[in-house]
Amino acid sequence: MTASAMPSSRRDLASRSYRDVLAASTARTLARRRVVNHTMIGLTYVAALVATLPLILILWHLLEQGATSVNWDFFTKIPKPAGDVGGGMANGIVGTGMLVLIASLVGLPVGVGAGLYLAEQRGGKLAMVVRFLSDVLNGLPSIVLGIFAWQMLVRPFKHFSALSGGLALAAMMIPLVTRATEEMIRLVPVSMREAALALGYTKWRTSLGVVLRTALPGIVTGALVAVARIAGETAPLIFTAFGNQFWSVSPFQPIAALPMQIYLYAISPYDDWHRHAWAGALVLLALVLIISLAARFATRSRFGLGGD
Amino acid sequence: MRIPSAAAHDASIEPAVEAASRVEPESVSVHADAGTAGDVCIAVESLDAYFGAARVVRDVSFQVETGRVTAIIGPSACGKSTLLRCINRMHETVPAARVEGEIRFQGRDIYERSVSAISVRRHIGMVFQRPTPFPTMSIRENVAAGLKVLPRSERPSRRETDDIVERALRRAALWDEVHDRLGASAVALSGGQQQRLCIARALATSPAVLLLDEPTASLDPISTQRVEELVYELREQVTIVIVTHNMQQAARISDRTVFMLSGELVEAGPTNAMFTTPKDSRTEAYITGRFG
Repeated sequence: MTASAMPSSRRDLASRSYRDVLAASTARTLARRRVVNHTMIGLTYVAALVATLPLILILWHLLEQGATSVNWDFFTKIPKPAGDVGGGMANGIVGTGMLVLIASLVGLPVGVGAGLYLAEQRGGKLAMVVRFLSDVLNGLPSIVLGIFAWQMLVRPFKHFSALSGGLALAAMMIPLVTRATEEMIRLVPVSMREAALALGYTKWRTSLGVVLRTALPGIVTGALVAVARIAGETAPLIFTAFGNQFWSVSPFQPIAALPMQIYLYAISPYDDWHRHAWAGALVLLALVLIISLAARFATRSRFGLGGD
Repeated sequence: MRIPSAAAHDASIEPAVEAASRVEPESVSVHADAGTAGDVCIAVESLDAYFGAARVVRDVSFQVETGRVTAIIGPSACGKSTLLRCINRMHETVPAARVEGEIRFQGRDIYERSVSAISVRRHIGMVFQRPTPFPTMSIRENVAAGLKVLPRSERPSRRETDDIVERALRRAALWDEVHDRLGASAVALSGGQQQRLCIARALATSPAVLLLDEPTASLDPISTQRVEELVYELREQVTIVIVTHNMQQAARISDRTVFMLSGELVEAGPTNAMFTTPKDSRTEAYITGRFG
């Protein structure tokens, strides 16, 4: 399109009209823009690839190393003593499940409640303090949280327990759920709140029945992301749940957890344990992926695509 | 079919009804179509409304008559929406907002300490500028939303709710368009349908008064016309106060008009008189299009 406007090289330079000069410079500008445009788009492609590369590599590596050791025994048997071949991580899988359950029972109601409070109180002084502290807690190294939980929940009772581990994980989960809930509730337009109030809804009915309900899909996603995050935590459990080589589902006894078991097996000198560590890592990743997929699924509107 | 007249049974407003009956026996019933047309339904007396230190409604007094359409007109930011929001105590839901003066609804000051904002809003419904269907609810659930929060003794049964929903949708001229998909999402409706759904939702609890805050501002001309026709038909059953910046709309659908400017009431009176022989030169300037 610009080619015809370009002055041919045979034409005398002096005879170029102002229009021709303008057209030529425009064409140059356009060409330069096109190059910059393509370069930038290319760079974003590279960035996107680099961002997903670690996950792809990890997945590939885990499948390569761990897939052969994932069998029925792995899900149904508890670990064998060192030297004996075989056994599984059933206690670790169930233990992680229990720890996540305890953490969710405590962390979800507190987190959602706190998020609702922060969203409703927006500018309040206390809300600002709570928001800031929640962010600090979110950034707290998990090992620090583990030591704290040990001091508060393990030392007074003189033994490690699943309960203390679950509560340590809950402390990690609360700020995540709080901020996710707050963000999601803030996305609900004020007009929705006003419409409910104008219908004679009380304040709490408006908050729970309309605002929270509208924000629910987003909150569920946030909660499941938090669950996925704590399911893989190791550091807070070292001082609290401690780990257990035997079968236990008591909340008051030390309990096994997949991440801890993986760590223990990975640093051991036994080849069979190494294989189990790979398998455990694969299973843990699969669990987290399933939770993430569930999050995607849960956020779909009940009215289908046209609904929301 | 029992349409729960929220007003007649609401314990929290009962004293108000009694108080009113002593003074003005004519306006005892809070039910819209039971009141005598032309009676004073709402009396606004020396009303001031503030946002923090800003006084956006200044010493406004006027009356709304039962069974009539009252239009509040005026240029943008003249305080007309704020005035409307004072009538069902929505103004106070904004932080730092404050009201002084009196608004008497059927004889009783709604800003009296013993009157709850919730009961006021049950009797004085409101529809906003932008349609506000609840996205998590179906069409049916949206219309029934106000019924669900009635006190247990007044809450209609499922079958009664079905009747009320149908009646409300018919009154809002939406029934024919949605009767075969009451379970569908409310946000899938068009803007005009959504606004009529909001009107149906407000009508379902049988309010005595319906406040409309520029209900057609975000609608296309055809939807606007439908809503205007609806307002015209509804006047028989419910007292309507409508805020509009569209003077033609006020002239078309209202019986009485209130003209506001910079937070003050300039003139109030029958719409015909106001548009043909305005008393105040500012009213004349506004309706002839010299400003605003």
